[in-house]
Amino acid sequence: MVDRNAATFRASPVAGVGLNKVLKNTYLLLSATLGFSAVTAMLSMAFAMPPSTYLFSVIGAMVLGMFVLPRLANSASGIGMIFLITGLLGFGLGSVLSMYLALPRGPEVIATALGGTGAIFLGLSGYALATRRDFSFLGGFLFAGFMVILLAALANIFLAMPALSLAVSAGIILVMSGFILFDTSRILNGGETNYIMATFGLYLSIFNIFISLLNILGITSDD
Amino acid sequence: MKLLQAGVLILFIVAIYPAFRWWSQNGPKAGEGDWGAALLALLGVAAFVMLLVWMVR
Repeated sequence: MVDRNAATFRASPVAGVGLNKVLKNTYLLLSATLGFSAVTAMLSMAFAMPPSTYLFSVIGAMVLGMFVLPRLANSASGIGMIFLITGLLGFGLGSVLSMYLALPRGPEVIATALGGTGAIFLGLSGYALATRRDFSFLGGFLFAGFMVILLAALANIFLAMPALSLAVSAGIILVMSGFILFDTSRILNGGETNYIMATFGLYLSIFNIFISLLNILGITSDD
Repeated sequence: MKLLQAGVLILFIVAIYPAFRWWSQNGPKAGEGDWGAALLALLGVAAFVMLLVWMVR
């Protein structure tokens, strides 16, 4: 699970950039960063990185995303920074995927989670674009929900209850789905005009949905 | 390792708290039909996830 707070306290707007251009640039950068993450995930799998790689990658990405990216988001180096962050997250993800691939039905679970994540993102983004509603009213609710989920995840580190793990993953999927609506409508309604920070927010939602879906499908499949 | 994971989550919570406070105090209020539109989308996601679970069982 990756903190998305850094994507919420946005950098200042880039003056003169039209809304459609922000949306187009966001989707282009999002596609590029997702592709780059896939490459670094494959590298991580090729090097057979241990599972702890995921935790260290998330910590590194979180620190860069919270403290460095907002400062660079208005300059060209922000692009390099977002590729570094998403590459790092992809590298960590590779070690998790290696574990799933070792399961008898692992490839099926990964493919289903990947397809499911894509469908959820495209469906929700399309819904926000088609309805053109302002979903920014969800902000307080989503952050409150995310904090509750983080507290439950914190408790489950020590309790290690599979049912709570499932509930946390399901909660993350719902909250991150809400964040996709929230972020997309903010881009549409001019609340977010920096495409680097917009990309970072959407990327984190997609990443968290994928990881949670993997967890749910891994637990509920017969493996 | 558990302590490290717990530390990371506590850091997440501390980092998120200002955003939660800001959006709770300054976020716009929902208009007519806004909650219905958001819940419809989230219910769709929940149903879709259940379908995926059913597919891999």
